[in-house]
Amino acid sequence: MGADWGYAPAPESADHFKLKDHYGLFIGGKFVPAVSGKRFKTINPANEKVIAEVADGGEKDVDKAVKTARAAYDKVWRKLSGRERGKYLYRIARIIQERSRELAVVESMDGGKPIRESRDVDIPLAAAHFFYHAGWADKLGYAFPGKSVSPIGVAGQIIPWNFPLLMVAWKVAPALACGNTVVLKPAETTPLTALLFAEICQEAGLPEGVFSLVTGAGATGAALVNHPGLNKVAFTGSTEVGKLIQKSLAGRGTKLTLELGGKAAHIIFEDATIDQAVEGIINGIYFNQGHVCCAGSRLLVQESVEEEVVTKLKARMETLMVGDPLDKNTDIGAINSKAQCDRIRDYLKIGEEEGAELFQTQCSVPEKGYWIRPSFFTKVAQSHRIVQEEIFGPVLAIQSFRTLNEALEKANNTPYGLSGGVWTDKGAKIFKVTRGIRAGVIWANTFNKFDPTSPFGGYKESGYGREGGRHGLRPYVELS
Amino acid sequence: MSRNGTSGKNGRLDVRKTYKMLVGGAFVRSESGRALDVEAPGGGWLGHVCRASRKDFRNAVVAARKAASGWATATSYLKGQILYRAAEMLEGRASGFREVLQSIGLSPVAAKTEVSQAIDLLVYYAGWADKYLQVFGAVNPVATPHFNFSVTEPMGVVAYVAGEKRPLLDLVSGIAPIVVGGNTVITLSTGRAAVAAMELGEVLETSDFPPGVINLLCGLREELVGQMSSHMDVNALVVQGGDEKEHTASREACALNLKRYFPRDPGGKGDEDPYRILDTVEIKTTWHPVGG
Repeated sequence: MGADWGYAPAPESADHFKLKDHYGLFIGGKFVPAVSGKRFKTINPANEKVIAEVADGGEKDVDKAVKTARAAYDKVWRKLSGRERGKYLYRIARIIQERSRELAVVESMDGGKPIRESRDVDIPLAAAHFFYHAGWADKLGYAFPGKSVSPIGVAGQIIPWNFPLLMVAWKVAPALACGNTVVLKPAETTPLTALLFAEICQEAGLPEGVFSLVTGAGATGAALVNHPGLNKVAFTGSTEVGKLIQKSLAGRGTKLTLELGGKAAHIIFEDATIDQAVEGIINGIYFNQGHVCCAGSRLLVQESVEEEVVTKLKARMETLMVGDPLDKNTDIGAINSKAQCDRIRDYLKIGEEEGAELFQTQCSVPEKGYWIRPSFFTKVAQSHRIVQEEIFGPVLAIQSFRTLNEALEKANNTPYGLSGGVWTDKGAKIFKVTRGIRAGVIWANTFNKFDPTSPFGGYKESGYGREGGRHGLRPYVELS
Repeated sequence: MSRNGTSGKNGRLDVRKTYKMLVGGAFVRSESGRALDVEAPGGGWLGHVCRASRKDFRNAVVAARKAASGWATATSYLKGQILYRAAEMLEGRASGFREVLQSIGLSPVAAKTEVSQAIDLLVYYAGWADKYLQVFGAVNPVATPHFNFSVTEPMGVVAYVAGEKRPLLDLVSGIAPIVVGGNTVITLSTGRAAVAAMELGEVLETSDFPPGVINLLCGLREELVGQMSSHMDVNALVVQGGDEKEHTASREACALNLKRYFPRDPGGKGDEDPYRILDTVEIKTTWHPVGG
């Protein structure tokens, strides 16, 4: 796009709230320093500036948190009626809505995602998740006909950095609605909205210890998973770590659900509405900088329209604005961390070394911060690492196909099975393809849509268990 | 059955049966050529059963995988019909089965009860075939203009280790919810229960199950469970019984491909539980826009 037709900057202001210089762990309803006194810095990936310091929780902190969660479970939460539990969740939902602008801005500052997405997707959906689950708390018998329903106990939950507050909601809302108490560890690069969520729990008057938060990195997560006081572990993250968690829990009765990686096929048939499909491709892989486990990272396009799709895709990609996450015009924000940025760059190099052809847009990117221009590879083979492995960035691999069966064969040729997409105007074909893709969430003539009523979760090595919908309650209840 | 009788009435020699495993619709011996002695309840020799090898299990996985997509897409109505047909076949051979169960140690009353319960259990799950999706699926009222629904889909190939306590029922109560969910299955029976399992193979083979949908192995638990839990083309493992050590090892090995793992207590609690169907199915959610 020519500079004459560019947009003037339209930054969202950050002057309507004040973040603290440092945050403690949230244990037993209070913010407390880590026993070790250690802290780590959380930075803004768009300018590399420190936003705040956060307590680095260790084994002792985790132990304290699990014990207060147990006490809260035994003495308060499990005894409370479903109706009253639900009312706390309604309060939380409302406060998230009330503080939505603050939460959106902090989410974009801490994680690098465009304000448009945190404002319109992450925060409203987080509130909606609490609203939805609040209503289940006193109706669980209807979710499991023929069974009597009880909570599991204390849940340890570990969440990633790609949708920080939304993942808090996905994990905490069903757990609390079903009568469990929670110790949660957010990702080390994005702890701030989880800490604000802890404030919200205080404001909602949630009984002490029902929700605790231990910030830290991988070691803190390992301490949580290995704590013998947990009845349930829920993890969202990489398949590699998910497998390690399953192994480390093997000798214990702790229940486990895993929401792991993906390498979704996004199939475009020649009879699709191509312009809409191109929007779908953009949304599928460049939404949230491609930091999406269900991203449509493998494009399978029917040979007869490959050239048209690729040409239109390039043109559309050139209009994407990469830059300041707080700018309301920004389409693609900052890569979440230096480590992730390096990882994506490695994959770009690997793709080229494997013989694939790289396309990147020409847009300018800021000097400071971590950025990757929207990218795709053509001339890729099924065996290429950029086709097989999850990149978790704005990098698309484009393959072509001739027949429906070939498309399905390629789509399913992966150990992952989280999501998939298909574009065609033929109804019968939609059903054939949506049935044929071995994955837990399928978008037909749309992509990357989420809703609290809609179960989300994977087949195969994308993990097990569902989040959202009636099926999302199952991981948090005992049935007898 | 009279395994140890050398001669019948009127000086006629009994024709004994060689027990074979069922793999891919064929009755086979172990590729290893090995056999296990089955001890009679009161002591002495009852007969031989196969001692399946790890290779037998891998062969069975190939057969089960080959049958998986056909069985997954068979209509619910057909699945129900075939399960019901299995009940009919078992009913027709009820007296023979009672004898078999008695020969491996069950009292006449217990044998009768077990055969009846196994038949009724097949009928019970036959009836679920075209209903569990209606009970466990959902149409989800999303807050955007989309039609959104969640259905069950089979996981694929499931391995099942049956207990020995109820030689027939432990096997049938494991198989029925797995196959009604649209999965294909490879079972392992051990000890004397293997005799009942191999007899059941003859019933299932005449019940219109497509070849490879149900594969029955027998052998040693300690030899085969490790292969079942670590096999990369098995989607789920359901086990009855087993000690803590085995469970720990299985959970660890299942992590290799994130195989779903379901240990179950031996005994009849939960035989009739449609939530067991849910253990070995996935939930798939599909979105489509609603618009002009």
